[in-house]
Amino acid sequence: MQFKLEKRPRPSQAMLYLTPVAAVVLTMLIGGAIFSLIGYDGMGAVREIFLTPLTNSYKWQDLGIKAAPLIIIGVGLAVAYRANVWNIGAEGQYVMGGVFATGVALTTYGVTGWWVLPLMAIAGIAGGAAYAAIPAVLRTRLGVNEILTSLMLTYASVQLIYYLVRAPWKDPMGMGFPQTRIFSEAARLPTIIPGTIVHLGVPIAIVVALLVWFVMTRSLFGFQIRVVGAAPHAARYGGFSENRTIWLAFLVSGGLAGLAGMLEVAGPFQRLVPGFPTGYGFTAIIVAFLGRLDPLGVIFAAIVLAITFVGGELAQTTIGLPAAAAGIFQAMMLFFLLAGDILVRYRVKRVVHQSAEARA
Amino acid sequence: MDANLPFRLQLSGITKQFPGVLANDRVTFSVRPGDIHALLGENGAGKSTLVKMIYGIMAPDAGEIAFDGERVEIANPKQARKLGIGMVFQHFSLFEALTVLENIALGMDASIRSRDLEARIREVMIAYGLNLDPRRIVATLSVGERQRIEIVRALLLNPKLLIMDEPTSVLTPQEVEALFKTLRQVAAQGCSILYISHKLHEIKALCDTATILRGGKVVATCDPKQETSRSMAERMIGASLKDIKKDPNRTFGEPKLIVSGLSTKAEDEFGIAVEDVGFSVRAGEIFGIAGVAGNGQNALLDALSGEVLGENSQAITLEGHPLGLLDTTGRRKLGLCAVPEERNGHAAVGDFTLADNSVLTARDRLKMVVGGLIDSGAARTYTGRVIAEFAVKALGPLSMASSLSGGNLQKFIMGREILQRPSVLVVCQPTWGVDAGAAAAIHQALVDLAAAGSAIVVISQDLDELLTLCDTLAVINEGRLSRTLEVGEASIEELGLLMGGVHGTPEQVSIEAGGGVAVQA
Repeated sequence: MQFKLEKRPRPSQAMLYLTPVAAVVLTMLIGGAIFSLIGYDGMGAVREIFLTPLTNSYKWQDLGIKAAPLIIIGVGLAVAYRANVWNIGAEGQYVMGGVFATGVALTTYGVTGWWVLPLMAIAGIAGGAAYAAIPAVLRTRLGVNEILTSLMLTYASVQLIYYLVRAPWKDPMGMGFPQTRIFSEAARLPTIIPGTIVHLGVPIAIVVALLVWFVMTRSLFGFQIRVVGAAPHAARYGGFSENRTIWLAFLVSGGLAGLAGMLEVAGPFQRLVPGFPTGYGFTAIIVAFLGRLDPLGVIFAAIVLAITFVGGELAQTTIGLPAAAAGIFQAMMLFFLLAGDILVRYRVKRVVHQSAEARA
Repeated sequence: MDANLPFRLQLSGITKQFPGVLANDRVTFSVRPGDIHALLGENGAGKSTLVKMIYGIMAPDAGEIAFDGERVEIANPKQARKLGIGMVFQHFSLFEALTVLENIALGMDASIRSRDLEARIREVMIAYGLNLDPRRIVATLSVGERQRIEIVRALLLNPKLLIMDEPTSVLTPQEVEALFKTLRQVAAQGCSILYISHKLHEIKALCDTATILRGGKVVATCDPKQETSRSMAERMIGASLKDIKKDPNRTFGEPKLIVSGLSTKAEDEFGIAVEDVGFSVRAGEIFGIAGVAGNGQNALLDALSGEVLGENSQAITLEGHPLGLLDTTGRRKLGLCAVPEERNGHAAVGDFTLADNSVLTARDRLKMVVGGLIDSGAARTYTGRVIAEFAVKALGPLSMASSLSGGNLQKFIMGREILQRPSVLVVCQPTWGVDAGAAAAIHQALVDLAAAGSAIVVISQDLDELLTLCDTLAVINEGRLSRTLEVGEASIEELGLLMGGVHGTPEQVSIEAGGGVAVQA
């Protein structure tokens, strides 16, 4: 007996939206079972990772600041993936955004003025976009697959941080620690809710998502991105250049990742350290897919992933789960989502195998 | 034919259900030994499904197949071939880099020594007048010659029933005549032929009996020689056929579209480039471009629409404006619209709504974009107009393009371009895979657009379509365009020779001016 996948004539619209929910629920069930089997408190793990961050109001501010970079990078990736541009290197573009912003912060060290932060934001966006331009050039000029180039550039960017914080940008008063000095006041993001750690990056993330949603649904630019991704031949017929669209998709996703890098370095970190690349750029890939490549969906998906980050940290202290547990849950979520998508678009059909020799 | 012999093939109550569509509904008919039996029907009438069940590719849900009077269950094509059923598919499965002999050897069920096989192939070729060197590499053969390989492959099995699926869609008129001669000879030796087509004059010329399918059901079995093409067509579509209304006193204006020295590069090593193409089309004129599939039609459409740019701005001019270096958007703004052959993924995006598909090409001429933002109200209004004026069966402007049938989507696409009132419209295969009712509506809309003063270019592989529709025509062969001929002056024979059909034997064929075609058998 064999099975084959048969394309459904019309994928159910309801299922398209229910699949992300189903993926999260399945992750909780199967993940819990797996952790029970290997000797941990599986139900406790699910509770700590998925529920405690929601029920414990003290953790909400953590959710906000974890979700913000995921939202900004995630909407950028959603734009790129809609155009069939598989930018996997948002982490590297995020790092370069942080590096460029740090460059501005260190150059303007000791300077006061409202313009320092906007300048850092522009530098961050430019840094991310410039780094994304490398795979864009390689893809449009030489036809090099962007998945490999963008991914590998991430590792190069991390080495750049290591170099910068150990040599030219090393804090002169840092007693030899590989890190830059703490940014001066004007280069640090203000908190917006007194007494919490919620910084300006959180509302900026929401505004960015709404803005991108508007552009993607209402503007000709969004139409161009969607048509190039859905049917490149039709896009050419409609007068949209595929290469120009690839460029735009890279610049938008790289620029937004760079903005997220600037907000992180000026917000929670306030200096550049070797531990700056925390994997937001990779997690945002899951966010983009879980959010159905829709900027509004990305907001919800980013909150779900932020919950697993915060919950993962909680579970380490409360029930002694390893640090990798949250990563395993996140990966399972992406797996169930992609598997679910296949079943929404295709159905499994049994092929009755007829042996030619036996019958003839 | 001996009436006492059992039927070669007898189908009773064959039913096949696909998700959402009943492809065959209690199909019953029979084929006598030595009979050339036509299976006639529009696209989607269920012809292909039916023959796939006879050839063992699919199993029927209900019903019986009897072969030579005995009930059989055909589980797979191998078993079908063992029974004596051969099939020649519309699309060939040949390895281009191998020789004719190697290709045939690869398709054999039983292994046979290559020298014996070659001897048998030569025998079959001589017996049926199929002229082909078994040692030639397939890549060097014409489409007609490639089809001969498939026929030889089927005849080597000494079949009792030969199924031919739309065999003439890729042939020139001369090649069609040569094929018919072979088929008549095959039938004369007692082999039945099930001949699938929707080309009525071919069926009248070749077949003894015709079974007409509509919507999966048998609607009639008749003698095609006793019927008119019109009467069969009307039974096939289940409605009376509309004639195209053309003003006999129509006149043409100044040349609108002038193409000269247009050349493109081939997109890949297998692609065909357009070479030094030149023609001009006057206001009110419909200019046809005939040719066998794969001779550069798509490259020519891309070059005219602006999807692929040439190097010379003067190669294409519209009312004196050079278009050669403008992209599709620039050409549309100046009044040149185009419709490519492929509907899904080229002329339209299946996953988009019809309104979004209107934005794809009509956004500039109908001002659907204001300050970079899409005016979705304007897009919906225009889409609603296209749906209403072209009788597109769709729930509304927000239905998905992929939810429309092929014919309806084509009506929408043609309507979307025609209602933009282009001064030049270039269309490729405007009625490919479209039912006769929709085809008539599309033809009438093109004639009306020309009558309103536009210049129209129709690229088609369907000679009948071009001869009914066009005022002038030329033939494309390997990327080069012939001189322009007046319809009425051109004979089918001349057109066939221009198409590259030098392999066939010319038969008596004539053409009525601006009207139907007659192939005298």
